[in-house]
Amino acid sequence: MLTRTIALLLAPLVAATVLPAPVTAQSGPLRITISEGVIEPLPFAVPGFQAETAGAEQIAADITRVVAQDLSGTGLFREIPASSFISTPASFASPVAYPDWRAINAQALITGAVAVNGDQLTVKFRLYDVFTGAELGEGLQFAGTTGGWRRMGHKVADAVYSRITGESGYFDSRVVFVSESGPKDNRARRLGIMDYDGENRQFLTDSNSLVLAPRFSPNGDRVLYTSYESGFPRINLLDVASVGRRQITTVEGEMAFSPRFSKDGGAVIYSVSTGGNTDIYRTELGSGSHSRLTSAPSIETSPSLSPDGSQIVFESDRSGTQQLYVMPASGGEPRRISFGEGRYGSPVWSPRGDLIAFTKQNAGRFHIGVMRTDGSEERLLTSSFLDESPTWAPNGRVLMFTRETQGASGGPQIYSVDISGRNLKQVPTGGFASDPSWGPLQQ
Amino acid sequence: MNKYLTASILVGALALSACTRPDRFGGGAGAGADGMGAGAGMGAGFDQSAIGQGGLGAGNPNSPEYFAQSIGDRVLFAVDQSTLSSEAMATLDGQAQWLMTNTDYLAVIEGHADEQGTREYNVALGARRANAAREYLISRGVPASRLRTISYGKERPVATCSDPSCYAQNRRAVTVIAAGALS
Repeated sequence: MLTRTIALLLAPLVAATVLPAPVTAQSGPLRITISEGVIEPLPFAVPGFQAETAGAEQIAADITRVVAQDLSGTGLFREIPASSFISTPASFASPVAYPDWRAINAQALITGAVAVNGDQLTVKFRLYDVFTGAELGEGLQFAGTTGGWRRMGHKVADAVYSRITGESGYFDSRVVFVSESGPKDNRARRLGIMDYDGENRQFLTDSNSLVLAPRFSPNGDRVLYTSYESGFPRINLLDVASVGRRQITTVEGEMAFSPRFSKDGGAVIYSVSTGGNTDIYRTELGSGSHSRLTSAPSIETSPSLSPDGSQIVFESDRSGTQQLYVMPASGGEPRRISFGEGRYGSPVWSPRGDLIAFTKQNAGRFHIGVMRTDGSEERLLTSSFLDESPTWAPNGRVLMFTRETQGASGGPQIYSVDISGRNLKQVPTGGFASDPSWGPLQQ
Repeated sequence: MNKYLTASILVGALALSACTRPDRFGGGAGAGADGMGAGAGMGAGFDQSAIGQGGLGAGNPNSPEYFAQSIGDRVLFAVDQSTLSSEAMATLDGQAQWLMTNTDYLAVIEGHADEQGTREYNVALGARRANAAREYLISRGVPASRLRTISYGKERPVATCSDPSCYAQNRRAVTVIAAGALS
């Protein structure tokens, strides 16, 4: 039930009338370089995808909307409304009337077609650079089942995003999070999973016991989280497809929490508290063998591995306040990297390896920020009563985080923001939600 | 047989009181679901099958209600601190005395933090606070084996406003008396 059975096939279209143009020829005008920070979004047109089978009209229209919303939602693209169109393609194979698209200042044109046979769905698309008058990349076709129609739209949008920005996309991805309900002094919490845009929300656990801070495995098949199911904080491992879960046998201690996967998904890095002291440990899921990574009388928690698996960033209050430190993945002497005003916590290493996102608490405000992995070039992206727990999009360009409003009726919601601090927006979760963990692009 | 019955009644009474005192045994939703919070919590290491004092009610100085209301079941902490104030020590002195008189009871010390901190750090901070209370009770003669600790971080506030008066109430260690006996 939780697994949407979808077999996605990725195949270049056989170009019938239009030969694929070499990509290099297009890299002039139709290009967004994200690191420069985009002020003016790139205008694109996406005429409704053609229904190539009877009865596919609705699903074709729905998929077109997903593509448009994904692209517009980045803040890097702006959709030109259909009411401005001078003409629309008669069929997927029709030659493109470039002057009609140039006249309305569309820089990118996306055309597509949808066919449904039983529960089988195929979606194909082409991307055109309107000003050079050529196709950008080859046409692509995706095949799956109708139940996974939103994923097909995300796949198209990921391909478009990737061709124009030169970066991989992040739309066909999921987020695991904590769904919260009830009054502030008696909150019920359960794990939820959803598409990156808040669609297809489902619960992974019931709300019978407290759950904290889930983390996706590197390939998105499993989730680690802190559970109070046994009466005390322990680490659970949950299989996303079957929703089966088991408690991990950690090192002896009063409490175990803050679990993360190793890069190969075969080990857990986490914190254990004993006698009031919290340190970081690693346990191999296969052999069950343990190793201790920190040994200090202070609090060491919230570990995050670098993408090459060689280093761990974590938080420690050994200096007297919460600060960020980096150490070798096998333990060893940590090096402090945060030196600004205030306290730093919940660090997460970017999947690109270039940045560390964190929560900063200073002068009564909370911020989500990013810094280089040596602590330089700190940049605060948000500010509010309570922002915390950032998580990276699979391409390292966008963060989701928890924003909590104050007071007795306050509560947490999930927001996203890009790493330039632009495009701040709430992710719809149908109620209070916290601690997002953004999974990988789906295969 | 009778013993088991008494035990289940007492645990039931404690679970009931948890409904009106959300911080106890992990709060309403958590408590109900763990199959009676207190039971599940204590089950992890303690033998619940025996019970001593039969009398219930705040009027009975040997009752858990008396402990909570008259001795004081909680101590408060300064921002980001786990140091016991002299007031906290006085409360814990009373708790230690009660626990040494009522030797059939166990205690779980719950550490809590206010909302002004990150989630996982606050779990660790709550653990530090619970441990500070536990160590003090041990120093006053309570056997370590009768005292467990748990941290709820900032997840179980008793005061819900977002200002210093509420934060002060939430930065706490609460000693929760539970039915049970040393194995």
